[in-house]
Amino acid sequence: METFISKSESDTVRYGREFARRLGPGSFVGLYGNLGAGKTHFVKGVCEAFDVSEVVNSPTFTIVNEYHGKLPVFHIDLYRMKNIEEILDIGFDEYLEGGGVCLVEWAEKLDGILPANRFEVRMTLIDDATREITISTEGSEG
Amino acid sequence: MNLLAIESSCDECSAAVLKDGELKSVVISSQLIHSEYGGVVPELASRAHMELIVPVVEESLKKASFSKEEIDSVAVTYGPGLAGSLIVGISFAKAFAASRGIPVVGVNHMEGHLYSAFLEGDKPEFPFIALVVSGGHSMLIHVKEPYSHELLGQTRDDAAGEAFDKVAKLLGLGYPGGPVIDKLAAEGNPKAFNFPRAFMNGESFEFSFSGIKTSVLYLLKELKYDPENRDDKLVRDICASFQAAVIDVLVAKTIAAAGKFRVKSIAVAGGVAANKGLRTALQAAAQTMGAKAVFPRPLYCTDNAAMIGIAAHFKYLKFGMASDLTLKPIPNLPLSFLN
Repeated sequence: METFISKSESDTVRYGREFARRLGPGSFVGLYGNLGAGKTHFVKGVCEAFDVSEVVNSPTFTIVNEYHGKLPVFHIDLYRMKNIEEILDIGFDEYLEGGGVCLVEWAEKLDGILPANRFEVRMTLIDDATREITISTEGSEG
Repeated sequence: MNLLAIESSCDECSAAVLKDGELKSVVISSQLIHSEYGGVVPELASRAHMELIVPVVEESLKKASFSKEEIDSVAVTYGPGLAGSLIVGISFAKAFAASRGIPVVGVNHMEGHLYSAFLEGDKPEFPFIALVVSGGHSMLIHVKEPYSHELLGQTRDDAAGEAFDKVAKLLGLGYPGGPVIDKLAAEGNPKAFNFPRAFMNGESFEFSFSGIKTSVLYLLKELKYDPENRDDKLVRDICASFQAAVIDVLVAKTIAAAGKFRVKSIAVAGGVAANKGLRTALQAAAQTMGAKAVFPRPLYCTDNAAMIGIAAHFKYLKFGMASDLTLKPIPNLPLSFLN
């Protein structure tokens, strides 16, 4: 487990960019953190590393934002999902097997269907500008 | 031309019938009486579209007093949106078109919003600036002539409607957040708190609403705010100050765009267009510069098939029926840049 302290949004973007080196086709990243913790900024960094040219913004309402860089990046937000059935219904499995990187906000809702091999990125608000980012690995990603 | 239009890009399953660009009927799944269709209408899942598409289309034909045989073209949203949801509408549209031997035209969902102001009443005049503000999108677009669009800017993080919902959640006001904040804001002091107004300097037409959400979060922490035991005056003042900050940004950028491109018309669409504070402020600001802001009625502002039908009408007038049966969903479909 590694811990980083981000002092600004651009710091968070940079940590996302550096973390992306560990990702490849089929990688799964669960993102955990409250409103305002900086999850979208971290995803922006990952997308920069994959040369995504589209604007990266919040998928809370759109549920899935698909970006196309060197790899497909599926930016998924489960905030509005009420249960596992709804999550499966949006074609969640197809994104996992889509040959790209899946970054999933509110991954705690994946109880029971969380991929065994995964990264977990936890983001905590310390104060106005400061965030603690913890990255851990599960299964063969470790 | 008797057109059947279908929209299934996200939460809503909707169908509409138009005759020569004039709306004859529109049906939106969330408005169907639940019991009529076997209990609860699922809200989000793409499977819900599969269950709803046939009854929604049948209801739209019935309301318009059209038979299937009288329909001579089909329009359908093919992006942006959720792949699993889009594919239901597209498959239905293609099957309907193939069985009847009629053309199908794919419409961009965002372009549907651009033309929703042409459905009834006061219509914008070309060229115009469109402000599309909803839970999923915040965009400023220069519409030079029919089907010639230039995206001027969009949100870099959260959409405007999302900010309303998330702030309402922080305050413990429930979902959806837009209407309740709008109502409470009218009774509060918009100067009680100074929330950030992002990207206000320079010529940028980009938006950012994530900072304001975080700013509200910190204020509530500082005040040791308890949603269960809340001070009503404080809530009204926070709502008023938050809404004022969002509206200031939306109005300033829209007016700046109208000035830069010397347009006399502004069209607003998306769920946030229903916000009374935004309507009043934007109409007043537009008037000062000799322009006019048009707001479609709320039914046409949120996701619906009527806007897909009217956009298809404009697309048809310009290009003819362009799509064929190879039409497929494009979840990240950008606006068409046509000059």
